[in-house]
Amino acid sequence: MSVYLDNAATTKPCNEAIEAIAAALTENYGNPSSLHRMGLNAQLSVDRARRSIADALGCDSECILFTSGATESNNLALRGVTSAYGRKKRKIVISSVEHASVAETAADLEKKGYDIVRVKPDSDGKYCANDFICAVDENTCLISMMLVNNETGYILPVNDVFNVVKRKYPEIITHCDCVQGFMKLPIKALSMNSDLISLSGHKIHGAKGVGALYIKKGIRLVPIITGGKQEKGIRSGTESVPLIAGFGAAVEKFCSTISERYEKVSELKKFLLSGLSSIDGITVNSPSDGSPYIVNISASGRRSEIMLHYLEQHEIYVSSGSACSKGAQSGVLAEFGINRENADSAIRISMTSETTEDELLKFIQALKDGMKNIKS
Amino acid sequence: MKEIILVKYGEIALKGLNKSTFEDMLTKNVKRRIKSLGNFTCTRAQSTLYITPESDDIDLSETVERIKKIFGIAALCRACVCEKNYDDIREKSFEYLADILPYAKTFKVTAKRADKSFAMKSPEICMELGGDLLEKFPNLSVDVKNPEVTVTVEIRDTNAFVHAENIKGAGGLPVGSSGKAMLLLSGGIDSPVAGWMMAKRGVHIAAIHYVSPPYTSDRAQLKVEQLCDKMTDYCGGIAFYCVPFTEIQEALKDHCPEEFFTIIMRRLMMEIAQRIAEKEECLALITGESVGQVASQTMSAIVCTDAVCRIPVFRPLIGMDKTEIIEIARKINTFETSTLPYEDCCTVFTPKHPKVRPVLAEIDKAQNSFNFEPLLQKAVENTEQKIFNFKR
Repeated sequence: MSVYLDNAATTKPCNEAIEAIAAALTENYGNPSSLHRMGLNAQLSVDRARRSIADALGCDSECILFTSGATESNNLALRGVTSAYGRKKRKIVISSVEHASVAETAADLEKKGYDIVRVKPDSDGKYCANDFICAVDENTCLISMMLVNNETGYILPVNDVFNVVKRKYPEIITHCDCVQGFMKLPIKALSMNSDLISLSGHKIHGAKGVGALYIKKGIRLVPIITGGKQEKGIRSGTESVPLIAGFGAAVEKFCSTISERYEKVSELKKFLLSGLSSIDGITVNSPSDGSPYIVNISASGRRSEIMLHYLEQHEIYVSSGSACSKGAQSGVLAEFGINRENADSAIRISMTSETTEDELLKFIQALKDGMKNIKS
Repeated sequence: MKEIILVKYGEIALKGLNKSTFEDMLTKNVKRRIKSLGNFTCTRAQSTLYITPESDDIDLSETVERIKKIFGIAALCRACVCEKNYDDIREKSFEYLADILPYAKTFKVTAKRADKSFAMKSPEICMELGGDLLEKFPNLSVDVKNPEVTVTVEIRDTNAFVHAENIKGAGGLPVGSSGKAMLLLSGGIDSPVAGWMMAKRGVHIAAIHYVSPPYTSDRAQLKVEQLCDKMTDYCGGIAFYCVPFTEIQEALKDHCPEEFFTIIMRRLMMEIAQRIAEKEECLALITGESVGQVASQTMSAIVCTDAVCRIPVFRPLIGMDKTEIIEIARKINTFETSTLPYEDCCTVFTPKHPKVRPVLAEIDKAQNSFNFEPLLQKAVENTEQKIFNFKR
């Protein structure tokens, strides 16, 4: 049996999602924009998914807009906000550990004349809310922070920052990339004070190719894709009914068990860490108060990629750094104060509530063998 | 109006009594490469291959693109088939050239009268047709030195042909006419270019690649297989041999001085390559080495590698700069695949300070301190073969 511990890269679609997708491909294959009944039925299944996601975030379903994934959601958030509000206010504040879909989009906007402030953690790798608050001013149009870092599981102080920012400068738009937090931590749009929230389907047991953006009522976005005015004109293109229905089904399945699953995965993390402590040369890069779903470690002297392929030979699948960059160093670990050598040997283990202690034991044993067998 | 493709031989035309062997090979290569586009008849006469599509719906642009990549061809062109009388030549020219001549400013007409029984002589054909075209397309003027369009009329045995563009062929000799050789394919930029250059000289390419899991990944192997696949555009079918190399590299690491790793590894690779080459009837090895490019490609290092070789090693890139190699890699469409960032076995355990001027006796001694023979045999036995054929 293979052991899949790369759930921060993508998850196995749940049966509920697969059934919803299959139904939309085989029976309910109409175009939601068609005026006939087939079209209406397709629209109803999109609406149901929209409702489920809105319920999970505690918002009105009109606030949910479907996209092709979190990368598009993040692009739409940054580009849409700067086009709508950034004519005079040219400053954007982000953290220095954002996912590439935010970091690269910000870098692109920087080339177009925006002033990008990248807030770094302290020397001990911790973020202080005050650093963000001090970075924003009346020239800022947008602040964008991820909730859970995808490489280490570090939880950024988004609530604290957004609360103060919104009180001091109500007109600054707040955006949170919640991809690694959604369905894992309790996230409520209003209490987070986030105007925009990016979500992904395939990180929560839905299919790849679908994501969503929560847009608070009253926030204007200039679309980056124009066409047939679907999704209220903000995201044109025929809705991917199957993928959206699958996304909705996954949310329905998991939204009532967030805290139970959190407890369970916290226990798994404890179990994993105690097992790892018996192996020489392993250091843990993730903070103890981070998301339990992601554990980043370094296997001293063994390059990440080699250890990854060693584990792969034993049908154990983990990640080096973040999977999106296919093994390329992202620099995020360095931002968190992890030295070069540890960053080069970093392995990310990411779990779901379905992960078992047996699987973790198998991983721990293989890692132990790897430390012995791989020549450094 | 019937359109065909005329393919003109390169060096083959100069061959003597064995010319037909080369011609057969070229015809076979051409037929195989365009088979999937539809039915063609291929006939040859006067150092030219006539490729006639058997139906009108065949995509001749794609056919030309494919033939352009076949070695052994100097030039090719799409031509209109005319009857062997001037009236037909004129009428067909008006029709066939209506896509080109209205948009050109200058032109000239050349004529080749291979069939000397044709009533008009070449200069007469040029003058007549030139005059008629000038009348028909008043936008044109004649420029015999530097024309935008050169209209060529060829009077051959069976028909006359009119065409307006000569396309450069890939040159060289038909693949297969020079025998088979084994290319050491690492996945870098150089080795596919080396393979391409030897294929140009008519060499049928087989390729060998070394994998060291877990130090190298499935993606690295896949990348090399993609390179093989791309090379079939020019080289035709390639037999690909994948050698498991992990144990040998680990033994190297444990038993040989670090500064000699790369050079001994190259020698062991050569050894395996020639054993498989001998089995598969390859007459030589091919590498992408270029003098001085890296530590294992200095002249002293090449002396040490060659010392273990029993068959010739061709190094077509030996005197080329990296920029020249990259230029060819881009041309043959392997550059982007070659530069995908996956670890290959050449970079596993790379010493920090490799020996730049190794001495053969020292290398022999270091290598002989461990008996690699059982591991070499095992690697050869466990080598897997895959065949890549020109697809599409």
